[in-house]
Amino acid sequence: MESDVLVVDDSAAIRKILQRVLRQTGMAIRTIHEAGDGQEALAVMNAHKVDLVLTDINMPKMDGLQFLASVKASAQWRQVPVVMITTEGGETKVGEAVKLGAAGYVRKPFTADQIKEKLAGLLESAVPL
Amino acid sequence: MNLQPILVESLSQATAQVFSTMLGVEIARGEVTTEDGKQEGNDGVVSFIGLAGDWAGTGSLSCSPVLACRICAAMLMCEATAVNEEVLDAVAELTNMIIGSVKTDMEAHLGPLGLSIPTVVFGRNFKTKSAGSSEWTVVKFHWEDETLQVKICLAPSGRSPHVMLHPGGAPACALDV
Repeated sequence: MESDVLVVDDSAAIRKILQRVLRQTGMAIRTIHEAGDGQEALAVMNAHKVDLVLTDINMPKMDGLQFLASVKASAQWRQVPVVMITTEGGETKVGEAVKLGAAGYVRKPFTADQIKEKLAGLLESAVPL
Repeated sequence: MNLQPILVESLSQATAQVFSTMLGVEIARGEVTTEDGKQEGNDGVVSFIGLAGDWAGTGSLSCSPVLACRICAAMLMCEATAVNEEVLDAVAELTNMIIGSVKTDMEAHLGPLGLSIPTVVFGRNFKTKSAGSSEWTVVKFHWEDETLQVKICLAPSGRSPHVMLHPGGAPACALDV
């Protein structure tokens, strides 16, 4: 079954790179939605089916941790795996993301192989809504 | 604590890794210098990103429009012949990744640090001035005939913001650090 993925990052450059990397992984992806911050991401999730989310942490309006908390607090979305893609390598924010229920994290800069490795199991286990 | 050797090593590794991983380019490190915070003239593309915690400061990248376009083209695998929103966004993200990596390295020495969202400026004959008295550590990198300057200043908290001036000298905006 093909999955729908949501990429959340305030950088259009990173969204474009992730689009390319996701297409290169060979995984069964139907649609890649984009959002520039957590608020936009919640709006996308309200409007579309999403099976997996890749999100930055540091973003304006609503950051990745607030967005993750909203997803995990929702009965509708809490099963959707959320992977943090971030420059944050410190314990604090990554630890907070894991506590909030993040499925994992990838540090920027990233390689296509790192993204593929992180997502492979998640997309297989993603529960379509 | 003498931070400079640690900053130079961290800046060098972070810049090389980001260029190698995200652009597929091996960039050559050039000279290392220090600067005080006095007003300086700029042409081209300059980015800033703030660091905050028990220590605070600013990271900055600067390069020519030609190099900014080259960075964008390599990063996004697209054609970039003029500095537009896509080019500025690529430089902003490059700044975020390089200084973000340095931030992670420095947290082992200075404790937790926050990272702001980057700001990028493109123009000619504009001036920047650091209102604090801290010294900047500056590392130059060379990609063929073009130079990328990566610099950072960090000092115990309680310092003033980085102020940018128009050519006429009037304050344009303050970048929170």
